[in-house]
Amino acid sequence: MTETMKQAPTPSFLEYQGRFKGIFAWIFSTDHKRIGLLYLYSMLVFFSIAATLGLMMKLELIAPGRTIMGAQTYNSFFTLHGITMIFLIVVPGLPAVFGNFFLPIMIGAKDVAFPKLNLFSWWIYIAGAFIALSSQFLGDGAPDTGWTFYAPYSFRTGTNMLPAVTGAFVLGFSSIVTGLNFIVTIHRLRAPGMKWMKMPLFPWALYGTAWIQVLATPIVGITLLMVVLERTLQIGFFDPSLGGDPILYQHLFWIYSHPAVYIMILPAMGVISEIIPTFARKTIFGYTAIVVSTLAIAFVGYFVWGHHMFTSGMSGVALYTFSILTFLVAIPSAIKIFNWVATLHKASIDLQTPFLWAFCFLFVFMIGGLSGMVLGALSANVHLHDTAFVVAHFHYIVFGGTGFAFFGALHYWFPKMFGRMYDKSWANIGLAIFFTGFNTLYLPMFYLGITGMPRRYYDYVERFHGPNIVSSMGAMLMITGLIIVITNLVRSARHGAKAEKDPWKGKTLEWTVDSPPSLENFEEIPIVTQDPYDYE
Amino acid sequence: MFSKGVADASNFVKGVDTSFMIIFGIISFFLIGITATMIYFVFRYRKSKHPKAEQIHGNVVLEIVWTLIPTALVMVMFYFGWMGYKPMKEVPDDAFVIKSIARMWHWQFQYENGKVTDTLYVPKDRDVKLDLVALDVIHSLYIPAFRLKQDIVPGKDQFMWFKAGREGDFDLFCTEYCGLSHSSMATSVVVMDSDKFDKWYVDTTVVASIITDKPGALGLRIVQMNGCLACHSLDGSKIVGPTWKGLFGSEETVLTNGVERKVVVDSAYVMNSIYNPNDDVVKGFKKGLMLSYKNELKEEDIKEIIEFMKTLK
Repeated sequence: MTETMKQAPTPSFLEYQGRFKGIFAWIFSTDHKRIGLLYLYSMLVFFSIAATLGLMMKLELIAPGRTIMGAQTYNSFFTLHGITMIFLIVVPGLPAVFGNFFLPIMIGAKDVAFPKLNLFSWWIYIAGAFIALSSQFLGDGAPDTGWTFYAPYSFRTGTNMLPAVTGAFVLGFSSIVTGLNFIVTIHRLRAPGMKWMKMPLFPWALYGTAWIQVLATPIVGITLLMVVLERTLQIGFFDPSLGGDPILYQHLFWIYSHPAVYIMILPAMGVISEIIPTFARKTIFGYTAIVVSTLAIAFVGYFVWGHHMFTSGMSGVALYTFSILTFLVAIPSAIKIFNWVATLHKASIDLQTPFLWAFCFLFVFMIGGLSGMVLGALSANVHLHDTAFVVAHFHYIVFGGTGFAFFGALHYWFPKMFGRMYDKSWANIGLAIFFTGFNTLYLPMFYLGITGMPRRYYDYVERFHGPNIVSSMGAMLMITGLIIVITNLVRSARHGAKAEKDPWKGKTLEWTVDSPPSLENFEEIPIVTQDPYDYE
Repeated sequence: MFSKGVADASNFVKGVDTSFMIIFGIISFFLIGITATMIYFVFRYRKSKHPKAEQIHGNVVLEIVWTLIPTALVMVMFYFGWMGYKPMKEVPDDAFVIKSIARMWHWQFQYENGKVTDTLYVPKDRDVKLDLVALDVIHSLYIPAFRLKQDIVPGKDQFMWFKAGREGDFDLFCTEYCGLSHSSMATSVVVMDSDKFDKWYVDTTVVASIITDKPGALGLRIVQMNGCLACHSLDGSKIVGPTWKGLFGSEETVLTNGVERKVVVDSAYVMNSIYNPNDDVVKGFKKGLMLSYKNELKEEDIKEIIEFMKTLK
């Protein structure tokens, strides 16, 4: 850092004037914090679209038969809902927004290792998103295959598949580049004194996630490329009428898409590991156990993809191997839950909004994880596979787990990101409505699945009517809560009261810098001597 | 837990429900126990009540305990899951075989004596094996009351078996997403008393009586058996393919190799459209959705279908 910069009061990264003005100061910025916010704003837009689609699907299902849309529309809605939520929001979500913003600050660095590559990854993300969304408007109608693009239906449908698949392919690169950037950043840019076992748990979670992103994403890239080649050149990888094997497609798809679940959930666990000690005023219980379980999940998570295919007709050996491994991957998650709860023991708990989000996370994530135990058992899986039970299960994990953690992170780091505080009572009211709506929406779907309602059903027999009404009501309530939560945050980003440096009395490095941070985060690179959650 | 009165619907209900209940018990215990502990801690150790936190870094014994106990429990869950599943793949040799054919969006069941139905009729207390075939995309045959499901991948023949233990009608769904009418690809399983089933099985007069009925009746029967009506309406409405109302003898614009031309729908056109559906696709409809029926329909069958079409003025 030069002498001149030291003298002037450093402007925050939000005010800093670089080479470009207006919107270009953002979309061409290589500052990790601005890139994090670019991702946040893009995701807010995509999330609004996908959540609206989800709400319309629930409204359609409030009664059997046609309610507000036709079957073709419904089928393309759940396809777009899935593609957007998975590829544009939940997979990149926490790493791209909060990882970009806070990873460098939490390990005492001025930026990620490759800032230009970081900006490039946002551009790839936007390009992929536009290609994927263009499928809705170009060609022969919106894709209707579901987000899994299962062969051979994805070759038989007359709809506009190629842009959707190409978009997902392009988005994969954004994920790989971000992962690579984080790995190098964590290896090379930790502040002096920050040994591996002194690193906060959110960076640890990002580290585990980044390895999955780098190693697993290329598989789905190749697979989607094979789909494109098959559709254009009629090669015959997956389509039985060309001599291909549809089950091969399922294997390749889930070899990525199961580890992808851990790309979604590991950073969420990292966020919870930050929030709980801060509001418990207490060091985290079992730091080492949490680190080891993070790496164990990242590793074992590669070997359980077959549990998505228990009814596809795999061999007996494959079935029980995948079933056992599926049960084993639950253990590290259980260990984390026990450690978080143990952290609350003899703590001094400050019941602020971020803590309440984390608390609700624990509850819904447990329901998600524990319902996964039912699906991991072969005999129960035969009955419940591809029913509403599975839909409820993965929404409890992906929306309940990652979604609650995302909003928890947003409420936790909001004062640092924008330098302002939100209205706490509105935030809590929003959370209460959202939480109630969430459970009213998804709990009945467990019951529907148990009584036999298949998923991806536009229409259903009369005996499924009651629980569907409850579920649709829950959807409306949940969206109401969501609107309150988001409106409160958007308003407060401009009009909220000014926030202090350390409003929550946190101990990790991001609470030692200004709110909002200056362009280079630290005047001087800090020297770390303490454990990350040292409340002695 | 499951809907009432189906505990003996098939021989697998008990195994599946047992594993479900055991797992459900264990997970409920954990969910309720952990949630209660969390709530207790939050009340007991909130800031106003407990202003100074005690710094506890961990406890190795506890970590080992709460690693080993869940590991043992999940192995129990795995065991019951596997035990409930194993018999599903062990078919008795003398099972009564029914060939089940899935196509978009219709089920067809073929019995060894040549009987063909679109509802699955099975005898009570007898081992029944379904040989599963999918003609176009992946489908999945699911009978919730029997706790049975099997994906059917085109080109890979699968099977499932069961012994129904109770008379009645049960839902049969498709559970692998297969396109537009996926949710209407449903029929029912009718479980009959053994004697009643035998009587039904040997009775072939049902088809015979139709032949003497009004013109086109046999054609309608063939149409229903082959699922044509999933895509072609009889009342003029547009579904996936053109409606058959007033179709025969009309003039239509079709696309042949990308070139528009006009054709009159006659016997030759109908025959070719069933055997080579993508040759001349009516304008406004998508190519590639219909598969050839070369292996399913004989020329005599198509002649009957045409007789039926002629009645749809």
